[in-house]
Amino acid sequence: MEGVLHQIISGIATGSIYASISLALVMIFLATHQINFAQGEMAMFSTYVALTLIQAGVPYWGAFVLTLVFSFIAGMVLQRTLLEPLARAPVLASVGAFLGLLLIFNNIAGWIFTYTLQPFPTPFGAGAPILGGMLSRHELGSTAVTLVVLTAVWAFFRFTKLGLALRGAAYNPVSSRLVGIPVARMLSLGWGLAAAIGAIAGMMVAPIVFLDPNMMAGVLLYAFAGALLGGITSPLGAVVGGVLMGVIENIAGAYIVGTELKLTTALVIIVVVLVFKPSGLFGKTLANRV
Amino acid sequence: MVDPVASTPIQGGPILEAKGLHAAYGQVRVLHGIDFVVNTGGVTALLGANGAGKTTTLRAICGMVRSTGDLMYDGKRINNMATEAIAAMRVGHVPDGRGTFMELSVEENLRLGGYTRKDSIEPDLERMFAYFPKLKDRFRQQAGTLSGGEQQMLAIARALMIRPRLLLLDEPSFGLAPLIVREIFEIMKQIIATERTSILLVEQNASLALSVADMAYLLETGKIVMSGPAAEIRQDESVRRAYLGY
Amino acid sequence: MTQSNSRFLLILFVVAAAVVPLVFASGYQLFQLTLVVAYALSVLGKNLVTGYGGQVSLGQGAFYAVGAYTAAILMEHFNVPYWATLPVAAVVTGMVGLALGLPALRLGGLYLALVTFAMAVAVPQLLKYKLFENWTGGVQGIVLNKPDAPFGLPLDPDQWVYLFTLSVGVVLFVAATNLVRSRIGLALMAIRDQPLAAEAMGVELSRYKTLTFGFGALFTGVGGALGAIAVGFVSPDSFSIALSLTLFVGMVIGGASSISGAVYGALFIVFVPNLAEEISKAIPGAIFGVILILFMFFAPGGIASLLSAQMRRFRAAR
Ligand SMILES: Nc1ncnc2c1ncn2[C@@H]1O[C@H](COP(=O)(O)OP(=O)(O)OP(=O)(O)O)[C@@H](O)[C@H]1O
Ligand SMILES: [Mg+2]
Repeated sequence: MEGVLHQIISGIATGSIYASISLALVMIFLATHQINFAQGEMAMFSTYVALTLIQAGVPYWGAFVLTLVFSFIAGMVLQRTLLEPLARAPVLASVGAFLGLLLIFNNIAGWIFTYTLQPFPTPFGAGAPILGGMLSRHELGSTAVTLVVLTAVWAFFRFTKLGLALRGAAYNPVSSRLVGIPVARMLSLGWGLAAAIGAIAGMMVAPIVFLDPNMMAGVLLYAFAGALLGGITSPLGAVVGGVLMGVIENIAGAYIVGTELKLTTALVIIVVVLVFKPSGLFGKTLANRV
Repeated sequence: MVDPVASTPIQGGPILEAKGLHAAYGQVRVLHGIDFVVNTGGVTALLGANGAGKTTTLRAICGMVRSTGDLMYDGKRINNMATEAIAAMRVGHVPDGRGTFMELSVEENLRLGGYTRKDSIEPDLERMFAYFPKLKDRFRQQAGTLSGGEQQMLAIARALMIRPRLLLLDEPSFGLAPLIVREIFEIMKQIIATERTSILLVEQNASLALSVADMAYLLETGKIVMSGPAAEIRQDESVRRAYLGY
Repeated sequence: MTQSNSRFLLILFVVAAAVVPLVFASGYQLFQLTLVVAYALSVLGKNLVTGYGGQVSLGQGAFYAVGAYTAAILMEHFNVPYWATLPVAAVVTGMVGLALGLPALRLGGLYLALVTFAMAVAVPQLLKYKLFENWTGGVQGIVLNKPDAPFGLPLDPDQWVYLFTLSVGVVLFVAATNLVRSRIGLALMAIRDQPLAAEAMGVELSRYKTLTFGFGALFTGVGGALGAIAVGFVSPDSFSIALSLTLFVGMVIGGASSISGAVYGALFIVFVPNLAEEISKAIPGAIFGVILILFMFFAPGGIASLLSAQMRRFRAAR
């Protein structure tokens, strides 16, 4: 029993990181009906930016904030230059552009920073595990950070005029323009936000898995599974689904399939959700966009 | 009888004037050089059968479809400006199909309507509840779950939140039971009387539209075939036979 | 140009493709050309699914891996001669394609892209899995012998493998051309271009889509088997997501909606990295990415449609 509890608690810790990426994916999906296959690589690249800043002597939280600003701007620029022009192109074109981005980020990172694993610092100290040895300080700290971020994002969308406008632009661009919302700018803003949320996830996961250009492949897969499990049209679902995926990963790893089939577990969940409940736990079914 | 409100001579010069307006969807040309005016504080009705180009006219005004010729709003040419820029000049639009933000609440729909406003919109929310008490009861309800009539009211209220100087209404009677239509038009008369907003009203229900309008235009396959004061159009034999059905 | 004329040119081209490298190319160059054919078949499978079937699959690398491992396991554990592994690889990948296609295609659109992407990411891990280790050789993979030329032909193994691969490739390309022109192919294109109209005409969307998915997997799988024979080695990490992405790049750059595009795409993915790798190991991937995006913007029809536009201009000028 103790063991299960341990698995669940540490699952929630990693799950909250998946939840951030799931949320970023769902935000982009709601606004553009596109799936950002490069979301993971963007987060990875942001994490390298943070590492570079830290190695240059910037204190951790300074580097953290600068990285968020960088990611936010980079996300906006990418949306403006690449994705906006392809907004009305067939699925293949936008998928192609995202895969192109994925390749570019992954390989440029490999080129600049090499493919060797690098340790990434945690701001929460090494110290002994807490909660009766169930959670490392970093796990607790990163969970807290992610929860704060997710709450802030929720509050932004729920209580601010800009957040409401972003939601309006995502759900109904035509009516949004008619009430004077600059929809294109809202989409860029959404992309910037998604990129910044991804960057936080990258910086929180890097101390656990070490930093390398392929660091986010597995995280992205779990985030996909989380987003689908929660319902790709539901931001709340994305968060719940992401956290659930962390728990499922741990339980399955410890008691069912072992850690060697982690990715396959995510694949199976993706397929099962899509076949049996494509709308996920919280979402609504969407018509196919062929 | 001409409605006393509509004929009240409070009108200034034209707030909107179209001259030789053409509009097309890609290769498909829909408007072939039409002229019309909406007077300041006046109500202009744009009538016509299905596919005549009424919705397209409203879309051209809002920059949702490309147009040539002249569209003068408040003395300024606005052809092909960005839709959001036109909204920012206080042009409210109740679009074809109502344009409800289905996933959002009634409150959020109204707040989005007031997006361009820099001042407080709380008094306007109260004003909308005065016109449409039904919306007050459904304030927190998801807009997608409203009835058709309620959604139409919401659409009108949303457009009013912008404090429009010009209000474009696309078939507010569409798909609604006669009783609801009458209710909505009663409210609209109230709005016209108190807000003094200039209105361009698109309708297929000609008798209804002519009961609130002071000017009327008849559109047939992208051309204006008749125009004049609403009262005169109402008396016209051919209009009566074709559109008023008596 | 008349039809028989262009067919004659095509035959001439194939004969030249067979003979010229035998005389002039080095062993390594022959190996690269062999890979071109194997990749061309794999990209062809992708073209059928995406270009003709209108379904975005990102997991074609998984089918390539299934084909490659089928051939390798048969050769290693059952002493099946290399040439006899191809029909088995075709059947196995075709069946796997059908089995996956059935649920995946119900979703369509982006969801299919997502599932196949996840599949491509998960493949290496499955190949390493310890329960299959006796068959797959785990992380180590399987090393294969390069086949010698039969009947005492005066060819070294590189030359023979090239000729063999090219012959299989030509046969399958002819088959694909016929498939595309058959009733199935026409129905597919109708589905791709006008899904609603096609359905109204009584075309059974899902059956045809599943069938193409199966055929696509089959072509890619045979490509994988040929690739395994040519490389003489299979291992989990050679079938990572990078392979699926590479095949995707080949498809887009060659031209998804054409048969010949598969060849241009394969030439591109084999030779461009070689040129670029001199700068840095990571550069080819980045270049792939940049070129992919450029093609999405400026030439969504790929090299094939650029070429046919040139041809039309040329003919009009005459
Ligand atoms: N998005 C579009 N693309 C192409 N053609 C369009 C589009 N929207 C409308 N049309 C065409 O333009 C013409 C006028 O349409 P419009 O919607 O303006 O008519 P309407 O007068 O509003 O009709 P209704 O009373 O049925 O609403 C029609 O022939 C229609 O087919
Ligand atoms: Mg209309």
